[in-house]
Amino acid sequence: MMQTVMAVTAVILSLAAAGAIIRIARGPSLLDRVLASDVLLAILGAALCIDMAVNRHLNNLMLLVALSIVGFIGSATVARFVAGRREQPHES
Amino acid sequence: MNPEASLVDNIIDTTSAVFMVVGALMSLAAAVGLLRFPDLLSRMHAATKPQVLGLFLLLASIGLQMRTWWVWPVLLVAWIFQLLTVPVSAHMVGRAGYRTKHLHRELLSSDELEAVVQKAAQSARDEGADAGRPD
Repeated sequence: MMQTVMAVTAVILSLAAAGAIIRIARGPSLLDRVLASDVLLAILGAALCIDMAVNRHLNNLMLLVALSIVGFIGSATVARFVAGRREQPHES
Repeated sequence: MNPEASLVDNIIDTTSAVFMVVGALMSLAAAVGLLRFPDLLSRMHAATKPQVLGLFLLLASIGLQMRTWWVWPVLLVAWIFQLLTVPVSAHMVGRAGYRTKHLHRELLSSDELEAVVQKAAQSARDEGADAGRPD
């Protein structure tokens, strides 16, 4: 049964990753792309979780925490950069 | 192996399989929402599904599959860490999206931030009129 679940979730996650990548490619603004790459990171974390659950090991758990740190730092930094660039013409 | 233990085993396996499939469907829902929703704020609403509920379901399925008690606190720490970081980054992205006008104003049912922004701009203008150009 676990092999079936793994195949089904692999198909679902592949479709989801394709959707996120299409939004990264097409996204009208930088923030849309940041959001879509955050979703892509979450999909990667989901794949790691499913691998751990099906094969019954915990090797990827630290990788999962590191992945959430990377997503946090990335999106916070880019959002800060976008807001800061916008405020400059207002002040000067 | 006695039949009762294998029955419990089966139930735990089925539960974790359902959790895994639903958790993966959360990712798919986020991707569909990203593709179909019209502006940044509604896309942000869709994007949080796999980050919180999807991760919770998948971590629960790991805990069910490992069949031990000591993994649950570790998984809980991972989930709480995600819960602490996701709202902060979503706040930053939403704030930057509001400032750079990446939203469809006609889709908002209420905009409580606009009054605050107007008031801040008004007080900044008053101070500028009092003290000349602040530089």
